[in-house]
Amino acid sequence: MFSKFKIFWRMLRRLSGDDAYERYLRHHAAHHQDETPLSKAAFFKQWQDEKWNGIKRCC
Amino acid sequence: MNNLLKNSIWILVAALGAAAVGGIALNRGESINTLWFITAALCVYAIAYRFYAVWIAATVLAVDETRATPAERLDNGRDFVPTNKWIVFGHHFAAIAGPGPLVGPTLAAQFGYLPGTLWILFGAVLGGCVQDMVTLFLSTRRDAKSLGQMARDELGALGGTAALIGTFAIMIILIAVLGLVVVNAMKHSPWATATVSATIPIAMIVGLYMRSFRPGQVLEASALGVVLLLLSVAGGGLIDHSETLRVWFDHDGLTLAWWVMAYGFAAAIMPVWLLLAPRDYLSTYIKLGTITLLAVTIIMLQPTVKMPALTQFIDGTGPIFGGTLFPFVFITIACGAISGFHALIASGTTPKLLSNERDIRMIGYGGMLLESFVAIMAMMAATVLDPGVFFAINSPAGVVGKEAVDAVAKISSWGFPVTVDQMRLLANQMGEATLFARTGGAPSLAVGMASIFGSAFGESMLALWYHFAIMFEAIFILTTLDAGTRVGRFMLQDMLGNIWPKLGETSWTPSVVLTSALVVAGWGYFLYIGVIDPNGGVNILWPLFGIANQMLAAIALCVATGILVKSDKIEYAWVTGLPLVWLVTITSSAAWEKIASDNVRIGFFAAADDLAEKLAAGVLPPEKAAVAPQLIFNQHLDGWLTLFFVTLLWLIVFDMLRVCSRYLAGKPVLPLAESPHIPSCLVEDWVRD
Repeated sequence: MFSKFKIFWRMLRRLSGDDAYERYLRHHAAHHQDETPLSKAAFFKQWQDEKWNGIKRCC
Repeated sequence: MNNLLKNSIWILVAALGAAAVGGIALNRGESINTLWFITAALCVYAIAYRFYAVWIAATVLAVDETRATPAERLDNGRDFVPTNKWIVFGHHFAAIAGPGPLVGPTLAAQFGYLPGTLWILFGAVLGGCVQDMVTLFLSTRRDAKSLGQMARDELGALGGTAALIGTFAIMIILIAVLGLVVVNAMKHSPWATATVSATIPIAMIVGLYMRSFRPGQVLEASALGVVLLLLSVAGGGLIDHSETLRVWFDHDGLTLAWWVMAYGFAAAIMPVWLLLAPRDYLSTYIKLGTITLLAVTIIMLQPTVKMPALTQFIDGTGPIFGGTLFPFVFITIACGAISGFHALIASGTTPKLLSNERDIRMIGYGGMLLESFVAIMAMMAATVLDPGVFFAINSPAGVVGKEAVDAVAKISSWGFPVTVDQMRLLANQMGEATLFARTGGAPSLAVGMASIFGSAFGESMLALWYHFAIMFEAIFILTTLDAGTRVGRFMLQDMLGNIWPKLGETSWTPSVVLTSALVVAGWGYFLYIGVIDPNGGVNILWPLFGIANQMLAAIALCVATGILVKSDKIEYAWVTGLPLVWLVTITSSAAWEKIASDNVRIGFFAAADDLAEKLAAGVLPPEKAAVAPQLIFNQHLDGWLTLFFVTLLWLIVFDMLRVCSRYLAGKPVLPLAESPHIPSCLVEDWVRD
């Protein structure tokens, strides 16, 4: 029961982008170790601007 | 043994589905339970998903699960990210399901429940789902390229340009008609206006919260926003009951239309984080929550459908929009059956997240099935109302008369009895002054939802449910409106950038202001005309939107059919070819009627001539004579616009046929733009958490 809730919570965070920064840090650690990662606020700013560049909503 | 069991289960599903569809189709005169619709829908979807979609994925497209997707190959941790299939499904569904599948079926209910229901079911499984899935597949194989780019690469410059113009045109018409739906829901309704206005500061609070106060805490901020939204529904009621406050929010349609335009302009030039992004979070949660709630209550309560299977309006005399069953039911219900707009999401956006080609069936085909189910629920919410009430809410004053007495007399004379007292009581229960002539679908859907929720959770909260439903529709209509204006702005900047590069800079303020103003002026014009039109602009705008949307679907299916032929799969080209033929047939015949019909309620030019004659003869009442020149000009414009859409459609069909016949004759054509096969090395456990 508890583990089901955990999966649901993880899905919800993933779907909403709540964990976007954590995923970014993981990606950064894996691929760009030589550079310092963006701060959470700076990353979020960029992430949100990029997300809305293009057709994202339909009728 | 196991196989035998499986087969017999599927045979049972098929038999049940056939019985339910047959029951719906052959039922005459007796009321029919909504459970029949749900059973029919679920069985049809299950069979189609299990057999047709599997066959298309395996045989026609030959999806290859060993092949790396663009998300894997181009993984940049931002837009290209291999993602769990349920997450991709969620994103995809949230992106494709807007207000369209709620509005279209409600309007089409004027023909009775049967035509719309059958079109939603079979249009989706044979057309819409196929289009979405095939487009998703083709874009996945082409580095997540957009539909326009694929059209250019595979068919040529003509196809690419047509897709671009089509997208821009549909955006303008779509926003105008959605704006009109919101305006009709808010006019002289202080409660609805106050609640809908409150969503703007609420979105800004949420935006500021997740940008500055607690950066990136999306869920926290959204939870706060949802609570505030629910409070705003109740708060609207308090405003409505206060004599001093309610006048602030009591406006006629035209004033509200100007406000909607001002809002659209502001939203397009404001940074996305302040308004657009937070509003979208809220609308997504409210949308998913409400749709789930609606499904659960319909399944629990199984209300009875009161609308007949077919009404006399299949002959084209319907009050909500003029036009015969064929082709207008197919134009009226675009979203929910087949929607060209989805091809823009299925190409470019969703493929960037797809971790494995095998998920294409679930996301492309399955996502559209779910949207089709939303449309079925909207159809049910409209048809469980008394037909008299349904027509009283949706018929424009220009058709049934301005006075309540005239309207009920006219509607009752059609055989759908309704009384002034009944409408007054209903309006009173819903906390509104009147529900007459609220054309557009949102209010009648809200009444339907409120009565369904009311019988589940108690009648005392009807007014709250009604305004919750209005808020629910308005919030994502406004999201579509500002997201659409923004996209329109980018496209316009892109086009103008070819003429003067400085205008193409998306961060240069004069260009941003100019292009945003141009886009708002584009849809604002149609919204304005729709509001001043005494016959209710929905009659004009919705068919125009349907034609534009189906034209975009036809472009997507042309690209798909062309690629199938070029990939030596001509024996399977009917999979996209047949829906294409059907779309071209309905779009062309609807366009032909809108252009050439001499019925003033259908033909644009006929309506213009009729109005001009009446104006010249001086028989128009003064308030109508004042706007007549504008209406005449607009009818001409709409006629030419329809002609333009249908010409564009035929151009791209011929272009596709040209490419196919050249290929089949062995002459050189543009090569397939598929990216090379690179084996996937994703560790499934890691990505598919």
